Parts: sequence; C-alpha cells; structure tokens
Amino acid sequence: MKHAFNTVLVVAVVVAVTFLALPIVAIFWQVGLDRLVDGLRSDIARDAFRVTLKTNAIAMALILSVGTPAAYFLATRRFPGRALVVTILELPLVLPPAVAGIGLIFAFGRLGLLGDELDALGITIGFTQVAVVFAVTFVASPFYVRQAIASFESIDRTMLDASRTLGASPAKTFWRVALPLAGGGLGAGAAVALARGLGEFGATIMFAGSLQGVTQTVSTAIYQEFDVSLDAALAISAALVLVSGAILLAVKILPQWTGSRSTSRSLFARSAST
Amino acid sequence: MDRLTLDIAVALRTLRLDLALEVGRETVALVGPSGAGKTTVLRAIAGLVRPDLGRIALGSAVWLDTARRIDRPPEERSVGYVFQDYALFPHLSVRKNVAFGGVERVDELLERFAIEQLSGSRPAEISGGERQRVALARALAREPAVLLLDEPLSALDAHTRNAVRAELQELLREVRLPTLLVTHDFEDAAALADRIGVVLDGKLLQMGTAAELVLEPADPFVASLTGSVLLPGRARAGPDGLTEVELDDGTLVYSAERGVGRVGVVVHPWEITLARSAPADSARNHLRAPIAAVVPDGDRVRVRVGPLTAEVTAAAARELELAPGVPVVASFKATGARLVPLGS
Repeated sequence: MKHAFNTVLVVAVVVAVTFLALPIVAIFWQVGLDRLVDGLRSDIARDAFRVTLKTNAIAMALILSVGTPAAYFLATRRFPGRALVVTILELPLVLPPAVAGIGLIFAFGRLGLLGDELDALGITIGFTQVAVVFAVTFVASPFYVRQAIASFESIDRTMLDASRTLGASPAKTFWRVALPLAGGGLGAGAAVALARGLGEFGATIMFAGSLQGVTQTVSTAIYQEFDVSLDAALAISAALVLVSGAILLAVKILPQWTGSRSTSRSLFARSAST
Repeated sequence: MDRLTLDIAVALRTLRLDLALEVGRETVALVGPSGAGKTTVLRAIAGLVRPDLGRIALGSAVWLDTARRIDRPPEERSVGYVFQDYALFPHLSVRKNVAFGGVERVDELLERFAIEQLSGSRPAEISGGERQRVALARALAREPAVLLLDEPLSALDAHTRNAVRAELQELLREVRLPTLLVTHDFEDAAALADRIGVVLDGKLLQMGTAAELVLEPADPFVASLTGSVLLPGRARAGPDGLTEVELDDGTLVYSAERGVGRVGVVVHPWEITLARSAPADSARNHLRAPIAAVVPDGDRVRVRVGPLTAEVTAAAARELELAPGVPVVASFKATGARLVPLGS
C-alpha cells in the first residue's frame, strides 16, 4: 500500500518534469550551438534584444520608483478602502494580456480616454516605444508590488518604532531600516517582475505593434520570425530561456545571499488584503 | 534636570488605561501582569501610541497635550527607549546600531558598555546580555532626557539575568536620568527602582518603595504581587560559606546566595514552614513570633508571622490549630532565602 502510493507520487513528479522540460529541451535540440550564434547575430534578433532591454529597463525603473513607496504605504497603514486599492494593484495579475492591450489602447491611444489631451500636447503613445514601456509596466508591476507589500509587512514593527525613538524621521526610517530589511524580498519581487516583463507579448503587440528596431521585442520577434526565419525564432527563444533561467536562479539565491529572513523567500507570498 | 509628568487615558482593546505619574531624577518601575497596559505607558511617552486624552511633558517642554492639540512625533521627544526584545537592527553592525542614535558618543559608549570588541558583529551573532548592552548604548547615544526600559531582563536566561541586573543597577545610578521601567517581576523592580508603581487593568493601584509595598500593601493584588517577602538588611560573609544578613530589626538571616552591603532577603511564602515549637530540621532560619493574621486562599492559607508570610495547606493549618495570636516558629532554608541587591 505504502509502496504503491510512493510509486504514484514518483510517477506524478516524472510526468510533470517531462512535460515542462520537454519543450525547453526541444528548443536547444533544434537549434544547436552554431545556428544559435548565427541566429542571434541577425539584425532582427539584435534589434529585438536592444528594444527589449531598453524598454524593460525603463519599465523596471518606473515600477521600482513608484511601486516601492506605494507598497510601503499599503503595508504600514490601515485605512478604509485599502483592500480595494490592493486589489486594483493586483488586477493585471489575473487579466489576460490581450485585455490589458485593449485597455491600454482605450486609455492612452489616439481614440482613448486621454487621447485628446495627449494629442493636444503633441504626445503620441500608441505604437511607439513608450507604448512598449506602458505595456510592460502594466503587466509586470503587480508581480513586484505584491511581493513588496508582503516584504514590508513582514518587517517587525518595533524596528520602525525603534528607529523613530532614535530620532529618525519617517523618511529616514524608510531608507535606513525598512528598505534594507525588506531588501531580499524586494529584489526577488523585482526579478520576477523583470522575468514577466522580458517575455511580455499580448499587451505589447496590441498596443505597440511589432515594428523592428522600434517596438519589436524578443517575444513579438519570435512570433513574427516564426513564419519567416525559423532559425532566428529558435535562437531568440533559446537565448530567452537562458535569461529567464538565470533570473529564476537569482530569485532563489538572492534572499539567502542578502541574509534576509525567511519571509522574503516565498516568491508569491500573499499580501493581506485587509 | 527636568521632571517627566504624564496624565493619560488610552482605550485599549480590553481595558482603559488611565494613569498619572511623575518621574524625577529617579527610577520608577511599573509592575503588573502582562496585558495591564504597562508597555502602553512607555509607548505613549515615546510617541508611538497616541493617548485619547492627556498630557505628557518633560519640564516645560510639552510632548502631548490633547486639549491643545499638541502631539510631537517620536523623533522630537528626547527618549532613550530599550525595547523588550531590544529591537536591534539586524542588518547593521553593533557599532552602526549604536551610531544610529547619534554619532558623537559612539566610541565612548562602546567602551562604557564593554562592547568595542563586538563593534563589527551583527546582533544575531552576540549573546542576550551583550544585546542588552548594545540596546542600552544605542538608547543613550541620543543623549536622551528620559530613559524607558521595557522588561529589560525578560529576554535573558536565569544565568545571565543576575549579572545583567547588577550592571543595569550600576548604569541607572550612573546616568541619573528620569527612568521608567516596566516589568512583571517584583524582585527586578525592587532591585532596580527607587519607587514602584503597581499597575492592574490600566490603573495605578499603589506607588511606593519596595519596602512600603511589601509591608503595607494597599490592595490584595499588591499583596499577592509582592507575596514573596522582602526583608531589607545588610549582608556580609557568614559561617560555612553562607551569607549572613542582619535585618533592620537586628534579626540574623542566612542565605546560600552571595551578597554584600544593602540587600533584600526574598523568601517565597511556600518555602516557609510553620511549627508549634522549634523543629530539629535542616532549615537555617527560624523565627519565633505570634501569628499576626490567617488568610484563607482557596485550599491554602496565608499566615503572617512577624515580617514573614507563609503559605500552608488548609489541612496543615487545621492540624496545627493556627490562629491569630498563637506563637509559632517559621522556618526557611538558607537556599530558600534569595538576595536582591537594594539601591542604597
């Protein structure tokens, strides 16, 4: 009986690992090292990586600089409607990317809610690199904000109290106590958001299109090259697997490396919505 | 030096804290069971809790006055707060922890608390006693006008506790700041504070010196809290490696603990046995006196004999026919007589 149960468990693990690993293995099986290098040398691949890195760097800067203080506020204050605010911030997490794309078009696009105002200012967002940044920020930010709220919430409140009684203002307390103590969790959250942002596809292709060198990211390039040059598509895919794998590894190692407490280890730690 | 005055009311989850207090250049201990609102008093003084009503001032500097809508933030109140678990910053070295409060006196404080050799260590790497010294150094680095200590000894094991208590005693004498200390342990309070306030359910039941509380408890709770008898006296080395304590009334008491100078002898009521005549037992301390009072307490009876309170079972009390006025001999062993150093 015990033996049979064990077998079931082992079989389940084998099936899961095989199913999830096979597509990854298939990519590298198909490419081979020489074709991988050739594929990555192509203009399309180079442009796609350049656009992706640039837009993701800007998006991450936006997410960190706005998301961190917002998360700190939500983690340390209780006010009516807080649960609603947290839910709104988490919504993109469960929204299909295509829906996010439509939403962005009708918010910031030429015909959107803010279309006339942006037009009057001579600002066009749709189908520019700004649109890519918007799409990535929209889709990736909840991954960071959620983890950031959980990380700040897990800080022992007496640490913040102690800082205040030692003469530190609330701002100084944030910089010198809260940020370093939440650091491991924030880093992990940022890494997951970055991984999500690098692979962003649906919202980007709808709101920004896929124009080589301007709005074409690695994900949209893979999709387009799939019809044109399978080699390039495979090469870019393989490269993306390596990048994502590196990020995942970093996420697992980061919390231990910063000596942060166990709380930051759970990647998708639930933040209390009350 | 400025006096700390407070008169506050705070609604807590299960009770209402309502307390007035004045602390001069002395150490005042608030003693009471957990949940009595003691820590809230400290937090209110530090500005971490906002009382619903009241006033807190240090000399002429008003920190809180709800009537005048004054509520200064914690960083503008000159307090040195030592938290119960010390709340040292785990990401900073000992040195940086101390420097967090103020950089001018760091070297001096590291030296004063004998923690220079630990200055590069993280709080997680040092012992409980060392952590407390770091917490004290950090609290004093800001050169506070008031010192607040929340259960300063509770995070320590019994072994380090006595040593740390002596250190703390010395420090409090040295800094001479208005100090408010919170503890659930009457002995600690007696050893560290000049005056003790007993807090229960958010109210201050009685305020006085340890001796006053022991000898004249104003309330049954105070009596039960101080239940362990505290006999003040002067200690010196006695025969057989024991410590001989001459009580203030001239009686000699022997203790197995070491002590010298002004001490309080603490005896738990359950360590005192009663007999109608002097027993031939191993107890070193015998005190003959008529019974002052017999107070039933459940299936036990508290019997007051001279300065002592003994706790015996109701059955034993019946057998011995214990009643007020009956002469008895109260005995306790030298190992049951603990010594608490008393401040002057």
